[in-house]
Amino acid sequence: MAASRPKSLFRNLNAKIAAIPMIITALVVFTGGTLWTVAYSFTKSKMLPKWKFVGFDQYERLWDTRRWMVSIENLFIYGLCMLVLSFVLGFILAALMDQKIRFENTFRTIILYPFALSFIVTGLVWQWLLNPDLGVSNVVRALGWDSFAFDPLYNAQIAIFGVVIAGLWQGTGLIMVLMLAGLRGIDQDIWKASRVDGIPAWKTYLFIVIPMMRPVFITTLVLIASGIVKVYDLIVAMTGGGPGVSTEMPAKYVYDYMFGGQNLGQGFAASTMMLLAVLIVVIPWAMLEFGGKKRG
Amino acid sequence: MDAVSAHLDGPQGPKPRKRFSRNNIIIYGILGMVALYYLLPLYVMVVTSLKGMPEIRMGNIFAPPVEITFEPWVKAWSEACTGLNCDGLSRGFWNSVQITIPSVIVSIAIASVNGYALANWRFKGADVFFAILIFGAFIPYQVMLYPLVIMLRELGLYGSLWGLVIVHSIFGMPILTLLFRNYFTSLPEELFKAARVDGAGFWQIYFQIMLPMSLPIFVVAMILQVTGIWNDFLFGVIYTKPDLYPMTVQLNNIVNSVQGVKEYNVNMAATLLTGLVPLVIYFVSGKLFVRGIAAGAVKG
Repeated sequence: MAASRPKSLFRNLNAKIAAIPMIITALVVFTGGTLWTVAYSFTKSKMLPKWKFVGFDQYERLWDTRRWMVSIENLFIYGLCMLVLSFVLGFILAALMDQKIRFENTFRTIILYPFALSFIVTGLVWQWLLNPDLGVSNVVRALGWDSFAFDPLYNAQIAIFGVVIAGLWQGTGLIMVLMLAGLRGIDQDIWKASRVDGIPAWKTYLFIVIPMMRPVFITTLVLIASGIVKVYDLIVAMTGGGPGVSTEMPAKYVYDYMFGGQNLGQGFAASTMMLLAVLIVVIPWAMLEFGGKKRG
Repeated sequence: MDAVSAHLDGPQGPKPRKRFSRNNIIIYGILGMVALYYLLPLYVMVVTSLKGMPEIRMGNIFAPPVEITFEPWVKAWSEACTGLNCDGLSRGFWNSVQITIPSVIVSIAIASVNGYALANWRFKGADVFFAILIFGAFIPYQVMLYPLVIMLRELGLYGSLWGLVIVHSIFGMPILTLLFRNYFTSLPEELFKAARVDGAGFWQIYFQIMLPMSLPIFVVAMILQVTGIWNDFLFGVIYTKPDLYPMTVQLNNIVNSVQGVKEYNVNMAATLLTGLVPLVIYFVSGKLFVRGIAAGAVKG
């Protein structure tokens, strides 16, 4: 409507002024910043960004670095564990909460409170709980199981699973709340119908309710996945990437090379790889979610 | 988003009749154990922070303190060292307060006006920018970190408090704008039209009609932002200098410092102190917090 009039630039001027921060953020920071980083990942930047094109050199070096390979592997292990476990646990908890129980609010408050805490706090608490000398394993040993040893944070083989435990504690509550909202959104008549037909509850969940909750699952999936790629604070607080490099993550690699190691090119290349990973998840989802509606 | 919170208001339908059926015992048993598991770390934090170091070295972490001492709390607040500074977490606390208050106000002011413009005063191209903004919420921060350093340096704000306020406003913008846009869209349009007919302009409608009507959504946005900004670590460590580090960064430096003997009681007191602000907000705000994260989570 604005385009049909002359001086359309000044029509609705106040709204345009109000939108200036959004326009700058969208164009300069989000679009411009992303393109800038991608462009400079093909340069030889060391301490300062330098426009000296070197093609895929940074990427070759990146994929030759053991620490990066370990980071990617950790991201896969952590991501897969978090996705599967938080989905399954979150759904089971939501299903239990949906049984018309008493004290629902109390249970929900308890299971969700870790989500209010920062990853730093989460990481430090679990670092203490998993302390091999004084933590939980000490208690188990004191109970009489002398040889018991559960020291994930000091054992490079299983250190990443220690991080998963803390991540689950912090994040499952959110999944539960989302799943519960999804369950409550399902027509109660379906339950009545399946009861009339004598279908057991677990079968109704598995074959009727879960397929109906597909949209909730997909949104939750995209949400957790884009959060997993960013995981950084938890590692810094809990293990600092150690022992050795056994709990390193891509986000930490980026930070260390950009702000610690004075090797900007590596940081840019690594962050571009992270961007790529997120795009692979988000673009199909966005097309499914928003593209389909417009056409249909 | 509203559908989400409406569904969280509680179970529907009549209450079940049998209270002690086998099913109920299993359900409450499992939920009780889960609740215990979730509460345990909080319990251990509190208990550890009230013990002396000798007691920690000898006993088990689940045991309640034999002798309650508040010394670790005092030490964490006013004496714990990071590097050369030994004035405790209080410095980080006040830094975080200084960072959080302007960041919350600025980010909500920008996003609410912006959401209002998007909902009621749509102009050509607005949807494109909005789509980029929402898409940007999924882009990993890592690709924007360094360009932002350069931009802030050019503005002379790198390392300063206001630089960090800008960063928080930028990264809070997608979700907050979405939140406000959806809320203002859900208000009856007749209201806006009547005000227009009466001759009210952009700002007049915003301040006299929209703002008074949308206090709940402002509270939700505040909860979202205060916890988010208080819990931030990455931006704090990149965009400020050590004497301005927020509480989370200072906490991590205190606990994970390699020098000296580890004082677990002080560490746990410090951790609790840092977690206290979001915890209090969480327990006080209750359903509004859930509404905030549901809005933040569903993103649309």
